Amino acid sequence: MADLAALTMPKLGLAMTEGQVASWHREEGDTIAAGEEIADIETPKITAAYESPATGTLRRKVVSPGQTVPVGALIGVLAEPTAADTEIDAFIAEWQARFAAEAAEEGPAAPEPERIETPFGAIQILESGPAEGEPLVLIHGFGGDLLTFFLLQPLLAERYRTLALDLPGHGGSTKTLPGADPAALAAIVSAVMTARGMPVAHLLGHSLGGAIALALTEAEPVRVSALTLVSPAGLGPEINGDYIAGFIAARRPRELTALLAILFAGGQSLITREMIDGVLRYKRLDGVTAALTAIAAANMPEGRQAKSFRHVLMDPARPAQIVWGRQDQIIPATHAEGLPLHVRVNIFEDAGHMAHMEKAADLARLLGS
Amino acid sequence: MAKKSFRQAISEALRQEMERDPTVVLMGEDVAGGAGAPGEDDAWGGPLGVTKGLMPRFGRERVFDTPITESAFIGCAAGAAATGLRPVADLMFVDFMGVCFDQIFNQAAKFRYMFGGKAKTPLVIRTMYGAGFRAASQHSQCLYPIFTHIPGLKVVIPSSPYEAKGLMIQAIRDDDPVIFFEHKVMYDDEEEVPDEPYVIPFGEANFLRDGEDVTIVALGRMVKFAVQAADMLEQEGVECTVLDPRTTSPLDIASILESVGETGRLVVVDEANPRCNMATDISAQVAERAFEALKAPIRMVSPPHVPVPFSPSLEDEFLPSPEKIAAAVRAVMGAPARRAAA
Repeated sequence: MADLAALTMPKLGLAMTEGQVASWHREEGDTIAAGEEIADIETPKITAAYESPATGTLRRKVVSPGQTVPVGALIGVLAEPTAADTEIDAFIAEWQARFAAEAAEEGPAAPEPERIETPFGAIQILESGPAEGEPLVLIHGFGGDLLTFFLLQPLLAERYRTLALDLPGHGGSTKTLPGADPAALAAIVSAVMTARGMPVAHLLGHSLGGAIALALTEAEPVRVSALTLVSPAGLGPEINGDYIAGFIAARRPRELTALLAILFAGGQSLITREMIDGVLRYKRLDGVTAALTAIAAANMPEGRQAKSFRHVLMDPARPAQIVWGRQDQIIPATHAEGLPLHVRVNIFEDAGHMAHMEKAADLARLLGS
Repeated sequence: MAKKSFRQAISEALRQEMERDPTVVLMGEDVAGGAGAPGEDDAWGGPLGVTKGLMPRFGRERVFDTPITESAFIGCAAGAAATGLRPVADLMFVDFMGVCFDQIFNQAAKFRYMFGGKAKTPLVIRTMYGAGFRAASQHSQCLYPIFTHIPGLKVVIPSSPYEAKGLMIQAIRDDDPVIFFEHKVMYDDEEEVPDEPYVIPFGEANFLRDGEDVTIVALGRMVKFAVQAADMLEQEGVECTVLDPRTTSPLDIASILESVGETGRLVVVDEANPRCNMATDISAQVAERAFEALKAPIRMVSPPHVPVPFSPSLEDEFLPSPEKIAAAVRAVMGAPARRAAA
């Protein structure tokens, strides 16, 4: 019997239970290399490319574009070109029967966000990963929330004890800010680490979250074991002020779609209606506009970054790495230049401002997970 | 995030605004004790329980029952609004509005204009509308076109629990009189609604589906039917845009025109009587301003021009349905293109 490989609906993030094959890039009969992008998968949160797990000939598309199936369901079959159609049919039949039987048994529940009380008000967090793992704290950027790590966190949670939080003014956390600059926001991250029994942690910060991670390192160096900064603020003066102002002002889905498209190298194709609805719903909450306006005024007044934290990266004893998409249109990747040699710099040519979403698997590998 | 019913979403909006702003008061028939009940335990909280629990929480000074005299308590609410309170008056069934038209049309709607812009009237009138409740012709009407006709009033028709909460908070914070329409068969509809307060601005349409073939505009309860129709039609290869204007005054005609400019086909669904309703109004505006974009005649899906029947089978037949909407979409898809025919 020839080698047959199942292509299955991937689980992109903790909460994903089903997904849609948005489109196939390749035809039946095409030769496929492992790692090649052969389809687009659409979830309520994002559209992502599906990379083939194996090399072979695409013999069968089991799921047609537009069809939604559960995670783990068979979407296609790879085999040698010589394999008989009857063999493929038998493989599919057997696979489907086994999948139906397994679906009848329940899997483990996905971790749920929880709200904890801190001296600064209620903060929403999502913890996941082994209790004995190295602590790793994920800090999102301006206007984001902990769900920005929905692809990355499950990968890191295989190895790390991960904790993602919603900054105040964001997501499910209090909309009252104790202060709007990186130091004030860093104090909240520090309070959350204390509340969850993490005296020391590896900090991963995206964009404004990167500047917050640097500010926490500056204020409490003993609490930060390592730094991973994704398109971070705080390393240079330039920032896309039009994006910041536009994000605060945007009220209509189309405005916001055009705006969010510049975050990704892939543009609008990655953006789903649910992503837009989620951001609009967040922006309608009482206190959000005031909080975003205050954060923008404190950190990027008149389209320039107010504070540089480059000096924080000078300590060679603390491992630090920078990850950037070359096509970042919010903060230029050139800010990663001229840093001390001990800071590892990884530039993804085909990513934008959201490498933690666009290159989640590669980023997880850089973190050894 | 917790799932909440349409009833809970409105109740939560009222409670949160009353906590935030001490000038917000509730008044109407049965909003507190109800049915002459003296105690707190047997308080009705309105005929369908929306305000249940608010009187014990905020006291009878802020949540109070009124006599069954709409002209008196709506007039009282309009005057209170003009002199510093933010009243939310419960008019129960919109069918009873005829009793207090003068207080709404000629007083509340006109204060700002008659007093040279120096008066504001932050009044909300909550009212139930719609058929499907087996309540016969005097308790089943959709009279929002009448209020839309009057300049100076804002008219809100929420289509889901999430929409209801955000639009109610906006209604209470708004400085003009707002008529807030609640469909009586939607109170047990559930969806995820944030615990925190939020506002949905008036005059901004919501897009529930994006499609290139047809624009379906629907209001209130009809939005859900339009989405069901769009999902049925997708199986047939017809892609619909579904647009909910949320408010008929102000009306987001710009979004409707933009969408029709892209699809070239329009179906308007309105549960109100078919003469002079929102479907005729929207159709007329599109015909006047975007005629060149139209590839097919506009279709309207509304009930027949008769009082709502009391017979259950006739009432069911009377209402628009997902099937009727889908049929109208198929008709505009099948119609020969105007220019091609010429």
